[in-house]
Amino acid sequence: MSTDVLDLKEEKKSEALFSKKNRQLLSNPLDSDNPVTVQILGICSALAVTVQMKPAIYMAFGLTFVTAFSNLFISMIRNSIPSRIRIIVQLAVVSLWVILVDELLRAYAFDVSKQLSVFVGLIITNCIVMGRLEAYAMANKPWPSFLDGVGNGLGYSAILLILATVRELFGQGSIMKGTPLEVHPFEAMNLPFTGNGVLMMPAGACILIGLLIWAQRARNGYREEA
Amino acid sequence: MQRSNLYILIYTIVLTVVCGVVLAVTKQLLAPAQKMQIELDRKKNILLTFMELKESDDPLKIYSSRVKEYVINFEGEKVEGNAGDINVEKQSKKPKKERLLPVYEISSINDSSKTEFYVIQTWGKGLWDVISSFVSVRSDGNTINGVVFNHKAETPGLGARIKDDPNVYKRYKGKTIFEGDQLVSVEMKKGEGKDYSDKPHEIDGMSGATLTGKGVNAMLLEYTECYQKFLLKRREMYKMAAH
Repeated sequence: MSTDVLDLKEEKKSEALFSKKNRQLLSNPLDSDNPVTVQILGICSALAVTVQMKPAIYMAFGLTFVTAFSNLFISMIRNSIPSRIRIIVQLAVVSLWVILVDELLRAYAFDVSKQLSVFVGLIITNCIVMGRLEAYAMANKPWPSFLDGVGNGLGYSAILLILATVRELFGQGSIMKGTPLEVHPFEAMNLPFTGNGVLMMPAGACILIGLLIWAQRARNGYREEA
Repeated sequence: MQRSNLYILIYTIVLTVVCGVVLAVTKQLLAPAQKMQIELDRKKNILLTFMELKESDDPLKIYSSRVKEYVINFEGEKVEGNAGDINVEKQSKKPKKERLLPVYEISSINDSSKTEFYVIQTWGKGLWDVISSFVSVRSDGNTINGVVFNHKAETPGLGARIKDDPNVYKRYKGKTIFEGDQLVSVEMKKGEGKDYSDKPHEIDGMSGATLTGKGVNAMLLEYTECYQKFLLKRREMYKMAAH
């Protein structure tokens, strides 16, 4: 993953819009400020949609899109939002984007929409979206807010993909099932394979997330503040 | 910054109206495309009960050349109506005898006057949410040719295998609905890995998804009952033709 971050930085150096601070908005959520493993947000959907990689990828796109544009929009109108009703205003904006995504999928990507079914709607209640609106977009300009949304969406996507890869590979013995890239590594290598039932269930994902958080904190030297 | 109540009130109204208008306009604009997708999906599912669809195939064209739709009642008689307009979910809430049932009659690819399959439509409850299926029955009115399941929320990798795993839904092929004139339907058993090839009314189960299997069994039994008279009539016709 670290190479991805480097690529991003190099590619965007020439653009003034991507100052060092703005670049960090994109890169920090991938590791040191990851929404799932550090901020512990969006756990529920990370458990629900990571049985296979295909729905996880769609969910990742959906959430990144919604977080980015909700952040952008809320930030644009942040000075006019009355603080007493700010949460419901945020919710309305998030719902608007989510429903738009859902309707578009239904019209132009019906198979995807069928597969995601309720999960698209659940983006509305995803803590990452609301969390970023409240913590960042309400107090920052539109462009950095947009980047913050994209960054957090990508951070969430990264965790989702890691979980989905492990769960699909050891739970079902395949990778990218249901896409043109589908492979069955165990079959291909002629290894005996029995699916791991725990990984197919949300409990398995919960244990995996725990291991991920542990590994990441051990690496980054995280200390709980007293 | 503290705002006046009036400001908040106006803000709320404007926000609601703007969101409402945006959503209403989107829905209106996308409605035709969405309707087409649902229609296409239904037709594809019907075709998939008796044939494989390749990327290059045009499902709508095949459908219009081979499928004849009509509606029947519990007695197996044709009634007025359009099969595509029947809401199977709504019908499933009525008593069996009052339901309207869609039938899709598939003509033979070589001889369009000959019927090869009858596709019936079912609706039931899985473990988490609704499940549904299209079942193609051969012209003998008894032998299942293929089943296409759909589900809303069965567990991926477990119950969802009814839709995703060809090894599961292909188990129905060749099984029979009637024993003599007695309706028995086809039952998915508990546990997985046994050989049921000599049992005409039983198929191997899905390990870890017994409850979805039970839902499927209940659904198939319910709907073979609904279509019983229709199918029995087809059997008679088939036997007569054979003589």
